[in-house]
Amino acid sequence: MKKIKVYSTPTCPYCIRLKQFLKENNLIFEDIDVAADRAAADEVVRRTGQMGVPVIDIEGELIIGFDRERIKQALGIAA
Amino acid sequence: MTEADLLIIGGGPAGVTAAIYAARKGLDFLMISRDIGGQAAWSAGIENYTGCQVVSGTELTAQFEAHLKKFNIRLRQPETALSLAREDGRFVVRGEKDTYRALAVIAATGKRSRELGVPGEKEFLNRGLTYCAVCDGPLFAAKDVAIIGGGNSALDAALQMSRIASKVYVVDSAPVFTADNILQDRLRGPGNMEVLHNTSVSVIHGGRFVEGIRVSRGGEEIDLPVQGVFVEIGLVPNSDFAVIAGRNGKGEIRVNCANETDIPGLFAAGDVTDVPEKQIIIAAGDGAKAALSAAKYLTAL
Repeated sequence: MKKIKVYSTPTCPYCIRLKQFLKENNLIFEDIDVAADRAAADEVVRRTGQMGVPVIDIEGELIIGFDRERIKQALGIAA
Repeated sequence: MTEADLLIIGGGPAGVTAAIYAARKGLDFLMISRDIGGQAAWSAGIENYTGCQVVSGTELTAQFEAHLKKFNIRLRQPETALSLAREDGRFVVRGEKDTYRALAVIAATGKRSRELGVPGEKEFLNRGLTYCAVCDGPLFAAKDVAIIGGGNSALDAALQMSRIASKVYVVDSAPVFTADNILQDRLRGPGNMEVLHNTSVSVIHGGRFVEGIRVSRGGEEIDLPVQGVFVEIGLVPNSDFAVIAGRNGKGEIRVNCANETDIPGLFAAGDVTDVPEKQIIIAAGDGAKAALSAAKYLTAL
């Protein structure tokens, strides 16, 4: 199984939807709350060059936002 | 090309309710939407939806989705309608992914954040500028930020950011806030807040990220060194695709009390219409009315 990290805030609807989507597909992921973890917040801004959440890290491939199609592709989930 | 008797465009409270009614009426219909929940999904707490004393936008959206799943609904998501035309007695909707043909259409496309329309706005989107304080706010911890606007959502954002950011400027183009008094009272509490009335944003500047904004107050130009800009200046209707329908000066689709537009077979519901109040419960109710009107229209064809 691919290693998945989600950078999120507790209050952002798309973060919640993204995590729901992963759970529905029985995928295990590490949830990083950037509201609580300042270093992780800085890291995600530095790595993506932008300041929006959610960001999903799939084995080092970064996808910004809840981009269902790209996430499905990266994870090899059928439509 | 995909065909259905009825096409419902939009998945907020109006579109979802229309779909539920259309399903119960046994109509042949298709729903296309960018997402489910619409603007309601972004509400932190909803306290005026009958039967729910307090519900978050996320919870309500999950309930909408669960309710839709009870029926075997044809849903294309994400999909965005780009244009609407009348061809050979049918409506033709061109979307980003497909073209749809239907005998009747319900436009329930809601509203989106209004843009400032100043240089730097597009360039710095997600690089310091955001339209969703509730989402991205925590990324601006210990930074200086500016909230643009003077309504409820602007003051909500300002109060939220006063607990996270170092310094919060509230830049309001009007002489007084239009937000509810209770929010204005709360705004006087935090010590890191500075309010500028009669002030408009001229430009957003920076390098890789926002480094500041220039604002103008009665001819005086002021530079605010901020790393975050939260635009909260209201909403505009998503009606650009529906230019064939009659719209008011705000771009809202005109409807009568049966949610009929000026084009037979084209119905509209929720925040995209000229309905006087924009509320979740009103959008839901109008979605129901639009579906029932569409059902009558289809039966009479």
